[in-house]
Amino acid sequence: MAPGKQEQAEAPGWPEYFARQAEACRTPALKHFYETGLPGEQRPIEDIPLMALDFETTGLDPREHAIVSIGMVPFDLRVIRPSAGRYWVVKPPRPLREESIAFHRITHSEVEHAPPIAAILDEVLAELAGRLAVVHYRNIERPFLDAAVLATRGEPCLFPLIDTMALEARWERQGRLQGFKRLFGIEPSSIRLADSRGRYGLPHYSSHHAKVDAMATAELFQAQVARHFSPDTPVSELWI
Amino acid sequence: MEAEIREIRDHMGQYPPFDGLKDELLDEAAGAVEIAYFKAGTAISERDQPVEALSYIRSGAVEVYLHNGQLYNRLGEGDIFGQFDLLRDRQVRFPVQAIEDTLLYLIPKPVFDRLCAADGNFADFVELSGSRLKSTVEQSLRDNDMIATRVRRLISRLPVMIEESATVQEAARLMTENDVSSVLLLKPGNDEDSDRVFTDGEGRQWLLTGMITDKDLRQRIIAEGASAQTPLATISHGKLITIQSDESVNEAMLTMLRNNIQRLPVLHRRRPVGVVHLSDIVRYETNNSVYLVNNIFNRTSVKALARLTPEVRASFVRLVDEGASSQMIGGAMSSVGRSLMRRLVEFAEAELGPPPIPYCIMVHGSLARNDQSITTDQDNAMVLHDSFDPKRHDDYFRELARQVSDGLDACGYPYCKGGVMATNEPWRQPLAQWKRYFSDWIARPDPQRLLHSSIFFDLDAVHGEERFVEELQDLIAARAQNSPLFLAALARNALGRTPPLGLFRTFVLEQDGRHNNTINIKRRGIAPMNDVIRVHALGVGSRAQNGFERLEDISGAGALPAGQTDKLSYALEFLSMVRMRHQAEDIKKDQEPDNAIEPELVSDTDRHNLKEAFQILSNAQKFLRFRYPSPGR
Repeated sequence: MAPGKQEQAEAPGWPEYFARQAEACRTPALKHFYETGLPGEQRPIEDIPLMALDFETTGLDPREHAIVSIGMVPFDLRVIRPSAGRYWVVKPPRPLREESIAFHRITHSEVEHAPPIAAILDEVLAELAGRLAVVHYRNIERPFLDAAVLATRGEPCLFPLIDTMALEARWERQGRLQGFKRLFGIEPSSIRLADSRGRYGLPHYSSHHAKVDAMATAELFQAQVARHFSPDTPVSELWI
Repeated sequence: MEAEIREIRDHMGQYPPFDGLKDELLDEAAGAVEIAYFKAGTAISERDQPVEALSYIRSGAVEVYLHNGQLYNRLGEGDIFGQFDLLRDRQVRFPVQAIEDTLLYLIPKPVFDRLCAADGNFADFVELSGSRLKSTVEQSLRDNDMIATRVRRLISRLPVMIEESATVQEAARLMTENDVSSVLLLKPGNDEDSDRVFTDGEGRQWLLTGMITDKDLRQRIIAEGASAQTPLATISHGKLITIQSDESVNEAMLTMLRNNIQRLPVLHRRRPVGVVHLSDIVRYETNNSVYLVNNIFNRTSVKALARLTPEVRASFVRLVDEGASSQMIGGAMSSVGRSLMRRLVEFAEAELGPPPIPYCIMVHGSLARNDQSITTDQDNAMVLHDSFDPKRHDDYFRELARQVSDGLDACGYPYCKGGVMATNEPWRQPLAQWKRYFSDWIARPDPQRLLHSSIFFDLDAVHGEERFVEELQDLIAARAQNSPLFLAALARNALGRTPPLGLFRTFVLEQDGRHNNTINIKRRGIAPMNDVIRVHALGVGSRAQNGFERLEDISGAGALPAGQTDKLSYALEFLSMVRMRHQAEDIKKDQEPDNAIEPELVSDTDRHNLKEAFQILSNAQKFLRFRYPSPGR
């Protein structure tokens, strides 16, 4: 399977993977998702429809933990549209642990009445189709969605995405200056969502909620491009 | 309503014209918002480009230009632009540029049109206004402000809520964690038909059943010796009085008074959005500078602080118009000035790192006396710990002083013409040196030298080791009263500026060219009055700095003939009020506020009072000459 390893090696690119999966997949929603395809690798980022994506989960390991809520907000470099976004609470296969309840402020009875992930996956995939996902910290949304699709549909679901945290690390964690700072024991700056936003003068949002975080991620990406990239940067320089 | 819409709505709802909208309209506006980010220095809109939305500044700042490229307006958080273009022909006439990194909320044209059609005040605001200052000032002119302001303006945080099946102890813990004195009780709703049932952000139903306060915990649990494990439901009153978030502040106050309660849960339709306390209303009514101070501590750059100047002025005008006393206004403006300074010091310390040795920022003049008005220089100094070593430490403090002083200048407190600023080395010294200064001024009171140093005899700490300044205040209080020569010299200086009264109680007007036929009320009235009061205060060993407090000490010590301190107090209040009212008028007329009173424009009663106040000052100066005579005269 191409992606996963793709991040290091010169494996077949995302377009090839999408074309192959569009052929191979039997689940209609997945087939449609792959058929809708990807923007060309050289297309400028300003032309690309984007989708900020945020999951809240019961833990960090997709094999062990489950999705609790999903927030998505469509946007592009020009404008962010929260009202066109979506939000779902999902019932995980296993009951919620106390500590994760405290973190999400989503409670038992709320989850009790929520649909299982299987019931909404088609909708999630339909929303994502044709849009490039933007997340803050790549190791949650893609692996958890892949695990959920694999578990319920028996086929994998992988796609390129832009990780605002990885972008932030390019400036805040790499480079010679940062190396010097490390040498002198100066703490690297935090690249968590709220701290990263602070560096761009973005406001503080009070709630922890998948859709608020998706909106916050979209704003951060607009700010990162405004400060560090030209709007005609090829999309392949940004996705991973 | 979804969480992200609530984030948007809660911000917009604090600023005009959105603060006056009914809840449904505000919801509609927030629900339709689109968002866009602009880096500092980039164009947001250019001339003749089509306009499709009203722009609301969520964070950052922009500048609006005229066709000729001239700066027309500078706008910040909570301001709107694009309304004129939307109302006219949907093309940009005034280009807009981001001067800080800026996040905009865009309200699409159709929603904007509906807001204008549905709400007359909104339409008036977008048609007439541009500046928030103007609207704030006009708003404050309406004396039924409490009727116009909606209660949700007073909400500062979401309500703390707990299920009523929880124990008293759990509630107490939650209240402690959140630092609140009340908590709302809930139980899961089951579709019952009640106006207490609401659906939360996650689509879950709840029934609002009551509220528990600190007092309940004291009376029903601790006093009764009941168990901390008592379920909340058993101590709940069961009856709960609430108010809708778009009701007026006035209505909220009446509801509390009618029901003899101090806390009122505020509902948006049926969802609890906050709890208003009686003290919130009192605070709102008496002193909205509290909000301003809060705002100061939220700002994260000097530029952002500087943009608060219109709000500082609006708050000043509002206090004057509401008939607050000069002491209240002076106190409020001083706390604004102090907060600004503290925030500037925080910025500087954040940049320069922690101070190498303890230090204190000291202020003089009006800020020390707590009688700051709207036009005022900065007078500050720095008292350093005695371990101060110029070679090792002074780079830090010089830079800190520079940043604070530059910041104050940017925020409308211009540099002190007399150089009383910590940026000047003589006024950036260790405590021991300051003690030497004061000892020397008191022991060898050369009148000429005192003229320049008397400003230091009003002194207070603003930031850092307050005890340094307290030690200086102690030293002055102890030494001055036992130094007749010093008091005499100070008294002689206090006679230098005479009130503008000629023979037969006519006004003597200034003829200095720029302010012909005016009276400089500060130079000819308030300042000499403060000089007189300072001499008496030091003479009785008072440690107070504020004029009115000094007069109380003087009166307590019996230093003046009976009734004199009352008269002085009345005259000081009146002179200060005339000055503040004059400055508020200047601000309303969009003029730079000054101290030049035109007696022609003063009402007959006020003119009479003014003459009387000057006469009191004149008499007080004569008495001073007699009470603290210069040797050999």
